Amino acid sequence: MDFISTHLLTTILFFPVLAALIILFIPGDQIKAIRWTALLSSLVPLGLSVWLWLSFSAGTAGFQFEEQYLWYEAIHSTFHVGVDGLSLTMVLLTTLLTPLAILASFNITDRVKPYMMLFLFLEMGMLGVFMALDLLIFFVFWEIGLVPMYFLINQWGSANRNYASLKFMIYTMGGSLGLLLAIQLLGVLFQTYDLQELTRLWNALPADAVILGLSVSTVKAVAFWAFVIAFAIKVPVWPFHTWLPDAHTEAPTAGSMLLAGVLLKLGAYGFLRLVLPLYPAQSAQFAGALAFLAVMAIIFGAFGSFGQTDFKRLVAYSSINHMGFVLLGIAAAAKAVGTLDATIALDGAVLQMFNHGLSAAGMFFLVGVIYERTHTRDLNKLGGLFPLVPVYGTILVFTSMASLGLPTLNGFVSEFMVVRGSFAILPVYTALAMIGLLMTGAYILKGIKQVLHGPLNEHWAHGEHKLTDINLREIIVMAPLMVLILVIGLWPMWILDVINKAMTMLF
Amino acid sequence: MTTETLIWLLPLPPLLAFFLIVLFTNKNKALSHSIAVGAALLSFAGSMVVFFRAVGAEHFGEHPFTSFVNWLPTGDTFLKIGVLIDPLSAVTLFFVAWTILMIFIYSVGYHNFGQPQGDHDHKGLPPHGATVADAHGHQHTVLSVEPMYSRFFAFIGLFAFGMYTLVISDNLLTLFVGWEVMGLCSYLLIGFWFAKPSARAAGIKAFMTTRVGDVFMLLGIAFLYSATGTLTFREIFTVETLHVLATTITPVFGLSAAGLIALLLFIGTIGKSAQWPLHIWLPDAMEGPTPVSAMIHAATMVSAGVYAVLRMFPLLTADFHGHNLTPTMSVVAFIGTFTAIFAATIALAQNDIKKVLAYSTISQLGFMIAALGMGAYIAAAFHLVTHAFFKALLFLGSGSVIHGMEHGVLHTGNHHIDPQDMLNMGGLRKKMPITFWTFLIGGFALSGFPLVTAGFWSKDEILADAFAHGHWTILATLSIAALMTAFYTMRQITLTFFGEPRTKEAEHAHETPWTMTLPLAFLSVFAVGFGWVGIPEHFPGIGGLLPNWFHHFVGGTLLEHPEAVEFSPIPLIISLVVALGGLALGWLVYKDFKAGQPDPLQKPFGPLYGFLQNKWYFDEFYAFFVIQPVIWISEVFTNAMDRGFIDGVLHSFGKVALWIGDLFRNKFDKPFINEFLGDGTAAIFQKAGHELRYTQTGRIQSYLIVSASFLIVLVAVLAYLFLA
Repeated sequence: MDFISTHLLTTILFFPVLAALIILFIPGDQIKAIRWTALLSSLVPLGLSVWLWLSFSAGTAGFQFEEQYLWYEAIHSTFHVGVDGLSLTMVLLTTLLTPLAILASFNITDRVKPYMMLFLFLEMGMLGVFMALDLLIFFVFWEIGLVPMYFLINQWGSANRNYASLKFMIYTMGGSLGLLLAIQLLGVLFQTYDLQELTRLWNALPADAVILGLSVSTVKAVAFWAFVIAFAIKVPVWPFHTWLPDAHTEAPTAGSMLLAGVLLKLGAYGFLRLVLPLYPAQSAQFAGALAFLAVMAIIFGAFGSFGQTDFKRLVAYSSINHMGFVLLGIAAAAKAVGTLDATIALDGAVLQMFNHGLSAAGMFFLVGVIYERTHTRDLNKLGGLFPLVPVYGTILVFTSMASLGLPTLNGFVSEFMVVRGSFAILPVYTALAMIGLLMTGAYILKGIKQVLHGPLNEHWAHGEHKLTDINLREIIVMAPLMVLILVIGLWPMWILDVINKAMTMLF
Repeated sequence: MTTETLIWLLPLPPLLAFFLIVLFTNKNKALSHSIAVGAALLSFAGSMVVFFRAVGAEHFGEHPFTSFVNWLPTGDTFLKIGVLIDPLSAVTLFFVAWTILMIFIYSVGYHNFGQPQGDHDHKGLPPHGATVADAHGHQHTVLSVEPMYSRFFAFIGLFAFGMYTLVISDNLLTLFVGWEVMGLCSYLLIGFWFAKPSARAAGIKAFMTTRVGDVFMLLGIAFLYSATGTLTFREIFTVETLHVLATTITPVFGLSAAGLIALLLFIGTIGKSAQWPLHIWLPDAMEGPTPVSAMIHAATMVSAGVYAVLRMFPLLTADFHGHNLTPTMSVVAFIGTFTAIFAATIALAQNDIKKVLAYSTISQLGFMIAALGMGAYIAAAFHLVTHAFFKALLFLGSGSVIHGMEHGVLHTGNHHIDPQDMLNMGGLRKKMPITFWTFLIGGFALSGFPLVTAGFWSKDEILADAFAHGHWTILATLSIAALMTAFYTMRQITLTFFGEPRTKEAEHAHETPWTMTLPLAFLSVFAVGFGWVGIPEHFPGIGGLLPNWFHHFVGGTLLEHPEAVEFSPIPLIISLVVALGGLALGWLVYKDFKAGQPDPLQKPFGPLYGFLQNKWYFDEFYAFFVIQPVIWISEVFTNAMDRGFIDGVLHSFGKVALWIGDLFRNKFDKPFINEFLGDGTAAIFQKAGHELRYTQTGRIQSYLIVSASFLIVLVAVLAYLFLA
């Protein structure tokens, strides 16, 4: 127990790997045992994260639960992890969604063993990014996360999975190239990869210093964009978003849940953890450009979503729309760091990351539930299903409303804060974003209209195609998400307090 | 319990009822409606306690009931939310509590509780009737119970939660929360019979149209919050804050910050209160379960829009000095006045009993908005309350009429008869006496029938205000609108209740059960009596007999108690003429209307009649200029952009990479590395080996010759090197 409390972060981080190793030794035909081992062992990091959350002191500046080990001495990289309010929120989101995704995968019967192991590896990769305080470690985990997701899409995906997985992999890796180079530059320059050290040294560089024969401002601007593009692809920001609808649509249900729920947050997290602290001047300088991209994502994400006839693609595009608000908040904060408006915008952005994790995971799961029964995602082939699946319908309407940003549910709180914060800093862009907010209503209602409402498509009412309502396991997957959606919508204080204090101290 | 605690608790019972019904009791109809009605009753009782404590309090305007908690942490401070009952919200609470309770009770009867299950009823479609056999073995078709009975009560519970939240809010944020929750409920209730494509479309239309207003409102809230650092009404409406807002000039049309914020918030009201040009959703909202949802949308929720403007009145008038209207006020006044007359013209030519009321609602809300635009705070608030009562009465009455007609339709079995079409009615006063008398009271109140009805006093006050401040255009327009109101109301009453039944179905119409008529009776009391609390002091004859309580009480909400306008006989005469004239005209034109005739107005109006009947073609206009382009942008443009352009560029990267790879493979790797270097080297060795094979003769003599020759050469070379 003592070991765990002193090594809390590494325990959370590597427990999934341990679980994966245990699963490795379970015979592949023991599907039930594999599933339950995966589920129960993924509850351990969740439990530990809740413990972490409770023992975290929100009012203390800097990182907590830090651990540092020798790792790659020759190039001065150490295995350094720690959390502050920002990463803590994301760790909680990850450890919460992973068990739900695993439970959602209980219907998988094909090669269950590698499937579950990949999920656990994926969890480790994502957690590592959120915990890393060393740039090289950050990058390692950043890339590790790609591999399991690639295989999940490629092996368990639907028809067009080869294209989608390749696009996802190559696109993200292509973005990471610049990131790797920029990280190397920093490492070579300062002989350390430690994030806090680097931030201090890098910002303390005199303005007339010369690096590689170039002025500091040029180098910083180039490195800034290298970081930004890597993270923008991951978020994804318009116009780097086209991998997302493909990857989400082809991925297995649980894969989409984590992809939308957590993987997209890695990009936004990169902006907050690295871009803003390392490049305050460049961020402020290019805030307008970032805001422009954010607003384009908000507007075109919404229009794109409205234009889909595939239910899963519709939800996938909605992620672009929602993550646009995260970037809008970040852009606004970048422009006016340190002001109250910026803090509110950042609070909103971080909360939006968490909220989108809940509602997007829920939406993708619900799409999966209907897909599993009907084997179609074509909205024109569904319709009028509400009387057949009343419980599913109620849950779908609820989750859709969270996604729409209905007040009393979580999405509203974060969107309101982003709009409030960025309106004071970037009024025109914020006003334009309202077009996207309007269209959010349009595509959400379109989804409900085409699936639940309207004349019943008799095909699903009788015989072998008769639709069955959502089952208990599936309700259990949705229940924690719905409870959190409602709780954050009504009483956001418990989570916003942590975020707000972190944002006040960070920026 | 302190009053403040009680206020916090007011919205909770209906919310609990919602969750209880959805999660647990939805299979049990009786339990579900008992929970819902019980919850409404609890909130009602609490509201009455709060209301009467408020009325009894001294200097209530300055010392209202308030209480707050910290809700959102923002930097070092918090955004507070809380409750506030001041005079304005107290009277609003009064009518909201009454109308909501009445709706809940009425719904029990309207959805045919106690009737058998329908023969072919489906969830998502209105009930079609059930066949029962009586004691003599005769088959009868009777009304059947709503298949989604419990769900309806859950929804109206959530709706009540939204409305109570809105009214008790002390800040714009929770006001907006209630506002949006009601928006959701209106979507769910309009589209309650979701299997009907028309109902489904109407629900979406309502949600999306009001959302247009809502996003502007959200911007206004964000602006106000960043400009003042608070959203609490009583912190914003201080002299200093208002002064700052009024003197800050924004780059938008040169408006002051106060003016711009008020304008943005007002656009929200345009959506919610169905003002032109966002009025289009309300008539379609009549797709919902006939009277109840109609009433929610027409009597209660839409009042929220006007209430919001009343709440924000100090902001709206922050840079108003009593002479010229500010630009924002002019906009408000224009929208209200135009809507009042515009909707009245459409109401003239509608034959659906509910559509007439829907347009009349839009028109009456226009009266209130126009009053606010002129700065007539009390008049607007007064009309808001009286209108809520008599319009609720009328809608519930129309539902009762339709219910009676449906009875007739089931009796004759002729389902081609539209039970909502007034042309199919006639003579119902004898069949449905309670409905008739109460509807008559409501209709007269709407028309402003002098002295006895509430509508007269409140409408007269608006006209008096317009007159006193010299807004002649507004006065003239509103007077004509009021004339039309009286006319179409009398047309409605005459067509529905007077004359002889024009169809067999109307002959077999039947009075509705007590759960429906009792609410009508209660509401008629207020449709008459509520006017008496606001009679101007100097009104000839009866002024001063009763104190002008409404003015004194609600006026206390504002920092500066508004002056009552001076009494003048001219607006009074106008009021009398338009009300009585309109009623008389309506009666004269329609009293002899016979089945199968065209509408008497059709001939004199000519093509204009079709224009009015088609609602000025606004739906068609929006479909062509707004909805089509949006669909076009979404489907063509985004797919073309994402799949065509962006992915095209990405794929071209892929192609370039493939091309480079191909180049390396086929132009370098294969010919140079593989064939030249790789295979070439091997070939050389092979060839060499092949050639050299001949030296491997296996004869010792040959090897010795070769070795000896090498040795000689080696010695020669070494000798040369070292000796030289």
